[in-house]
Amino acid sequence: MSLGHSARRRLIIAASFLVALVLSILPWPVWTEQFRPDWVALVLIYWCMALPARVGVGTAWSVGLILDVLYGSMLGENALAKSLIAFLTVRFHLQLRMFPRWQQAVVVLLLVAANNLLVLWIKNLAGQAPSTWSYLTPSIVSMLLWPWLFVILRDIRRHGNVS
Amino acid sequence: MLQISGWQIRAPSNLTRFVLLTLLSVSLMLLDARGHHLQKVRAGLTVLFAPIQVVAAIPIRVGGAIIDFIHGDESLRAEAERLRSEQPILLARLQKYEAIEAENAHLRQLLGTSALVAERAVVAELLEVASEPFRRTVVIAKGANDGLYLGQPVVDAYGIRGQVSEVGVLQSTAILITDPGHAIPVQVNRNGLRAIAFGTGAPDTVSIRYLTASSDIKPGDLLVSSGIGGGFPFGYPVAKVKKIVNDPNESFLDITATPVAQLSHNREVLLIWPTKSVLHVEAKKPAEIKKPVQQKKPVEPKKPAEVPRPTVVEPAKPAEGAIP
Repeated sequence: MSLGHSARRRLIIAASFLVALVLSILPWPVWTEQFRPDWVALVLIYWCMALPARVGVGTAWSVGLILDVLYGSMLGENALAKSLIAFLTVRFHLQLRMFPRWQQAVVVLLLVAANNLLVLWIKNLAGQAPSTWSYLTPSIVSMLLWPWLFVILRDIRRHGNVS
Repeated sequence: MLQISGWQIRAPSNLTRFVLLTLLSVSLMLLDARGHHLQKVRAGLTVLFAPIQVVAAIPIRVGGAIIDFIHGDESLRAEAERLRSEQPILLARLQKYEAIEAENAHLRQLLGTSALVAERAVVAELLEVASEPFRRTVVIAKGANDGLYLGQPVVDAYGIRGQVSEVGVLQSTAILITDPGHAIPVQVNRNGLRAIAFGTGAPDTVSIRYLTASSDIKPGDLLVSSGIGGGFPFGYPVAKVKKIVNDPNESFLDITATPVAQLSHNREVLLIWPTKSVLHVEAKKPAEIKKPVQQKKPVEPKKPAEVPRPTVVEPAKPAEGAIP
């Protein structure tokens, strides 16, 4: 590969976010929709933890804005929620790295739940709040997925020599 | 650390960035929600990121193509057979419909109102992408180039699906009647009782709010669009009443209804252009073309919802523009 180190890093990170975005809008049967994990948040938490100097609040905001465009929600809604996740993850990345995998998963649950509650709160202000309790299921599914996604992304990072 | 002509500029800290971006997000949201000032920005961004949507729609397309390939000739032949047997029945119904339409036009002439004109309709394909969690939206592969407009009704073969909420150049977004941000004025087909159907966010439920216990509404009642408000044309089926809960502690009935349109089947939809005269008739004189409209008054004696009301021929009042 003739790509420079920095260019390759950007490519790999951008590709992982693109896959997460596609997975976020990939159609599934309607009844599974409430179990759809927050793919973007998972990938974001990983990169913020692994490379806090490279991926941070700014990246999170841009990816969140793309998500807003794809979802057709208010511009800035997901951008704000995702930058909250990034801020907290970067702030506590040293502690997070030391945690065992299951404890990381619990933190992921809390982060995604905070993200969902923030979005729900914004929607409520805009008068579009759903009358359902299922807005917390994505955070649980995200927690269960975290250990596997962590291993996959770590292998990608090591093979791609991203740092 | 940057050095520009003697000034030392430090990269902003994590917290500073977060606070700045939060302010930016909030101002974006305010601009977007309150004034719709960002339509052009959003349209541009949508075009820019449309490839992601196209990629996400590929699996379903490929899956459909594979299923078509496997079933191949047989299913096509069976479908042709089915359509061929269906056609005479539909044509026979259409004959009757034409007679009734002529009769209707004649009666309207006698009443002195303008006749209902058939609406223009266009078939549009859906782009198979999922919507945001807890929202119910679909992406339509047609845009401003095809003459779509904001608030345009979207229907399918069974009833109203929703309305266009965002018009792009090549693709648009439609919000379904089950979306928590959507409400549609309806009336009970049986007696003309007016109500509003709100989306709930659940895939197969709309809720009818603000009806009192004395309202004449029963499980199984068909709700059709009332045409009040001018957005939707009159008379399209919207939902069927599923359950009515009368809690004496609440001021209003808790009514859930199931949409009759096939909201979760992502195939094609019909976009309709309601004609001006229809809107005119519906907005000004709905009472004259409907059966006696039941007026809801708070002074009415309370009676169980199940008892059918005797048909009272009240002097037809022009409906107020507002929804009950």
